[in-house]
Amino acid sequence: MSTVFLILQDNEDARPIIEAIDQDNEGVVIQYQPGMVRIEAEGKLTVNRDTVSELVGRDWDVQEVHLNMVSLSGNVEEEDEYFKLTRS
Amino acid sequence: MAAKRLNMRKRYEALTRGMGWETTHQPMDKVFPYDTYEGIKIKDWDKWEDPFRLAVDSYWKYQAEKDKKLYAIMDSFAQNNGQLNLSDARYINAMKLFIQGVTPLEYGAHRHYAHLGRHFRGEGARVACQMQSIDELRHAQTQIHTLSHYNKHFNGMHDPWHMSDRVWYLSVPKSYFEDAMTGGPFEFITSVSFAFEYVLTNLLFVPFMSGAAFNGDQATVTFGFSAQSDESRHMTLGLEIIKFMVEQHEDNLPIVQRFIDKHFWRAYRVLGLVAMMQDYMLPNSPMSWKAAWDIYFTENCSALFDDLGRYGLRMPKYHEVATAEAEHLSHQVWATFYNYGHAAAFHTWMPDVKKMDWLSEKYPNTFDEYYRPRFETFREMEAAGERHYINGLPQLCQVCQIPMVFTDVLNDPTMVSRRVSIHNNSKYHTCGDGCRDIFEFEPEKYIQAWLPVHQIYQGNCGGSEVSEVLDWYNFQPEDGGEYVGSADHQRWQEWKGTAESVSDDRTQAHAS
Amino acid sequence: MAINALKDYVDNDRDAVENFHGNQVVYIDWDKHRLFSGALAFPLPPSMPFAALVDELIPSVWGSHPLFKAIDWGDVEWILDDAPFSPDRAASLVENGIGHKSLLRFVTPGDNGIAGSGS
Repeated sequence: MSTVFLILQDNEDARPIIEAIDQDNEGVVIQYQPGMVRIEAEGKLTVNRDTVSELVGRDWDVQEVHLNMVSLSGNVEEEDEYFKLTRS
Repeated sequence: MAAKRLNMRKRYEALTRGMGWETTHQPMDKVFPYDTYEGIKIKDWDKWEDPFRLAVDSYWKYQAEKDKKLYAIMDSFAQNNGQLNLSDARYINAMKLFIQGVTPLEYGAHRHYAHLGRHFRGEGARVACQMQSIDELRHAQTQIHTLSHYNKHFNGMHDPWHMSDRVWYLSVPKSYFEDAMTGGPFEFITSVSFAFEYVLTNLLFVPFMSGAAFNGDQATVTFGFSAQSDESRHMTLGLEIIKFMVEQHEDNLPIVQRFIDKHFWRAYRVLGLVAMMQDYMLPNSPMSWKAAWDIYFTENCSALFDDLGRYGLRMPKYHEVATAEAEHLSHQVWATFYNYGHAAAFHTWMPDVKKMDWLSEKYPNTFDEYYRPRFETFREMEAAGERHYINGLPQLCQVCQIPMVFTDVLNDPTMVSRRVSIHNNSKYHTCGDGCRDIFEFEPEKYIQAWLPVHQIYQGNCGGSEVSEVLDWYNFQPEDGGEYVGSADHQRWQEWKGTAESVSDDRTQAHAS
Repeated sequence: MAINALKDYVDNDRDAVENFHGNQVVYIDWDKHRLFSGALAFPLPPSMPFAALVDELIPSVWGSHPLFKAIDWGDVEWILDDAPFSPDRAASLVENGIGHKSLLRFVTPGDNGIAGSGS
């Protein structure tokens, strides 16, 4: 299994997304670097719509992740309910 | 009850499928003349799968949102004279190189993705390329807008398009892109979407942009990350096209591998500029080029190619050379620009004591042994009033067009790496195996290269004197040369009300 | 292999010697002295005597290197297009076998650059 990563801008909008990832993905590594946050996981990383929606207190659209995304590595699965990176 | 909204996949399919048709007035091969001659065989374009499913309505909504945020930050940066919060005015020189060298590529990408958006037979691929074309135009525009603020206060940013077409060092990014654009559509998309955007541009848009933030440039990091948020979509397109090609026909595999090998090397050579921006032009670097290479190339791409191994693809040829060069690259490129600082539209300088110590720490295997003695000699020459410039023009690599300065890092890092090929009884020099192989596969293409040094000698660049050539480049007198004592430097000192620590630092260097 | 293209491809050598107004391009480098980052290119008359290249051209360019003055030209080894080479000072470049886009390197035995660093 190999690493996937998602990098988001370090700003207000990204905070609930990062928190949701932290909640839903066991063992993720979150590193803060100037201007950005790098989130690394083994094999799989999922951003769940419902978790983020709960944290922001409104209906959050999975595609809003694009607004704050800096980079990623892995195979992308984008559905209504989740945004997922995988690599076997 | 209202009809149930289609799910994301269905929405996207509705946008991209079934809009094409079999033409009858003209044969399909005449309507789409470019997408077969490369030898790539596509059996079923409907197997094309877009991993990102951004339909047009959401595309505009999110892009507008991104721009709104970016322009708010740019405006506040300009209104608050954000340039005063930079760590040092030396930093701006990286932005000069950015607008001269990178922004024209964004525009080139805009044009060529529009071309692909017309010329792929599959509608899914066409739509993806059309959107990317619009993205690339946005990148060029937001970069110009952001950097226009610096253009009010610093030299060297006044004519990037003219410079991109003419200047010797800008022929490096330009010729790479034109090499890709003059290939067929599959070669171009492999080059730009995969080799450049998936494999390599993280190195520019992630650690370098993070470095921009670290040095106080909120405006640039914002356009960088805003562009990069599109880039994630582009990267995924790059990965999809690779998989699609190799899944469609077994004959495609060797062609795709050759595209990857070639364009990894072409794009990597261009990134020599980024290596120097990262290590030398960021006054404070949060991460070295070598460390960035380890994370964003070695780690990330091993994982990527482990994944692609199932399709029969392997790591790009000569990646191990690139990795070995990571300990040398930024030093060799910076030393070259220092040598030719009088003919560049940005400033160069020698690192101060603190920076040299940082370089020693980050490059324990190479900096003190090979580069510190050179840089200390340059500083001594400068202190003696003989700032070193080369009074002559460099030999260039026939393919990457970079001066032949890279050394044979795997065997003897003090010896220049060189290859020579013979074609129709003429010699063609290249900087190593990567560029040599590219030349020898298509010599007819590369013997036409517009090598800036040879063009000067042929009398095509405004005259034979350096000053005439610089006029032809539309360089202004204060655009280049040594940073210390330049107009940019003086203006910075006036703003900051300091007589600057450079001279103090110099004194220390010579005292120690 | 022949280039893969949609139409006939014109073999156009942009840097053919005829394009240099009677000159030929010669590349020169001083091995292991990377204070000059790489080889330099010069448009030179093919009839130029080798002596002029050594006595005038090279010092006018490499003379600023702090180790240049110490060169003993009797000891210098020459390499032309990757082969050892014994120049005839009185003969022209062409008579010496230095052609268009030849690479001429000089090596100073015992001097490997500043502090032996290759600079």
